[in-house]
Amino acid sequence: MNRLTIELPGLSLKNPVMPASGCFGFGREFSQLYDLSTLGAIMIKATTEEPRYGNPTPRVAETPAGMLNAIGLQNPGLEKVIANELEWLKQFDVPIIANVAGSQTEDYVAVAKEISRAANVHALELNISCPNVKTGGIAFGTVPETAKELTKRVKEVSEVPVYVKLSPNVTNIVEIAKAVEDGGADGITMINTLIGMRIDVKTARPVLSNRTGGLSGPAVKPVAIRMVYEVSQNTNLPIIGMGGISTVEDIIEFYLAGADAVAVGTANFVNPFVCPELIEQLDGYLEEHHIDHISDLKGRSWK
Amino acid sequence: MIQKELMTVTNQTEIAHNIYEMTLQGALVDQMNEPGRFVHLKAGDEMIPLLRRPISIARIEPEKQEFTMIYRAEGAGTNALAKKRAGDKVDVLGPLGHGFPVDEAKPGQTALLIGGGIGVPPLYELSRRLNANGVKTIHVLGFQNKEAAFYTEQFLALGETYVATVDGSLGEQGFVTDVVNKFSLKADIFYSCGPTLMLKAVEQLQAAPSGYISLEERMGCGIGACFACVCHPAQDKSGTAYLKICSDGPVFPAGEVAL
Repeated sequence: MNRLTIELPGLSLKNPVMPASGCFGFGREFSQLYDLSTLGAIMIKATTEEPRYGNPTPRVAETPAGMLNAIGLQNPGLEKVIANELEWLKQFDVPIIANVAGSQTEDYVAVAKEISRAANVHALELNISCPNVKTGGIAFGTVPETAKELTKRVKEVSEVPVYVKLSPNVTNIVEIAKAVEDGGADGITMINTLIGMRIDVKTARPVLSNRTGGLSGPAVKPVAIRMVYEVSQNTNLPIIGMGGISTVEDIIEFYLAGADAVAVGTANFVNPFVCPELIEQLDGYLEEHHIDHISDLKGRSWK
Repeated sequence: MIQKELMTVTNQTEIAHNIYEMTLQGALVDQMNEPGRFVHLKAGDEMIPLLRRPISIARIEPEKQEFTMIYRAEGAGTNALAKKRAGDKVDVLGPLGHGFPVDEAKPGQTALLIGGGIGVPPLYELSRRLNANGVKTIHVLGFQNKEAAFYTEQFLALGETYVATVDGSLGEQGFVTDVVNKFSLKADIFYSCGPTLMLKAVEQLQAAPSGYISLEERMGCGIGACFACVCHPAQDKSGTAYLKICSDGPVFPAGEVAL
């Protein structure tokens, strides 16, 4: 299947499909269903310096062709992620992209410094776009200068390439993308969730305990496609595109928009076998359409 | 092992107001080894609603490769399921979660099974297995009213059965806990499934020295990956410990979860 291989900073991918952060835990649940080594990479759940329980339930609400979540970065903390989760993941032949989160610059720097030294972590994904925490997260991803500064600080300490995960909750996403490029980012992953809300018409109260949450799923795909289309034409950074992917045609669409690889998020919750299924179907699609290599499709919508 | 299969509907009947009994056939049934586990369903490949629906397993018939589930049609997902007829397909992921430990009740002992509303169904397969093991079962089933009640005859065929309805239109008027108190029901072990408030009251009954409860919760993935259905353990000094209802449960030893 060498028409699927992709080379990106820090990442030699056997195929361009990977589960998105927050939609795959640390892989344990899915390892009971299929061999994780079939994946292009794994973006593990956001890791913070200290353990976090996250927000109270309800944390998930369904919406038309999508879902809202407000998990709130629940994770066992840096020490346990390295000792238990990353150690356990070593049995698989798959590069790990570690999602790094925090409340302030120092948190991000501390996590990035340690986690980038783990043998199977081949890249970092800087989470400046989580909408579900009171401090940090999205606060770093909506002001260009702040995003640039944080990228720079993390780059200084990271042993591996740094990809920055962009928030769609901005007026001008190109401006943020250029800022993190200036800050020394090696790549971009996009998009994180769109801030949304649901109100229970019977109780007149918000459905989520956090009131607002991040919208994901097929409903957000057009927004993601538009943003990948814009950012890919205005920066030189490779892009791992995501937002509502559940079929091979969706993957093709992201490539045509300008992505270099793709991540699958919410679809893992609907069909836990979706990633290996898409990898197989993607190869079949390229064969059928006489496409020599997946990257031939990159940016075709604007080239 | 967890499998995903397009299973075939062999029967669908409305057995009470908005309560449906659906029987599905397929190889996935071979994996069903324990009462109290659940399946995660989708009517088809529609995007609205997007997510699956968790539904408990009420009866397993391995020789026919069939299982039966009982659910309430109340939203888009379950209403789509309710439209299915014999011969139609349903996308089933399962079996999921940890079920009721049947062997914790020893032959000759008595088990008290307390169910509320749509928490009643998983107790049926449990009762069948307990009785097959020589365990005497006492059932206490709670419903809103007579129209919402179901399976009372089936439970009666397996053992002593009490029914409680909130409005008194069937059986005793009141809650399941009122029935347990009124008749001073005692057992060696209890098993319970229903709304969290009911489970909390059941745990405080002390009708048996130990027991197991099965929690109901809004779920995302159903396999432990999305962290939608977490709850706090009863004992947690750190404040960051958690249990996932879908994969650590839905059945927990009584007292383990902070209700």
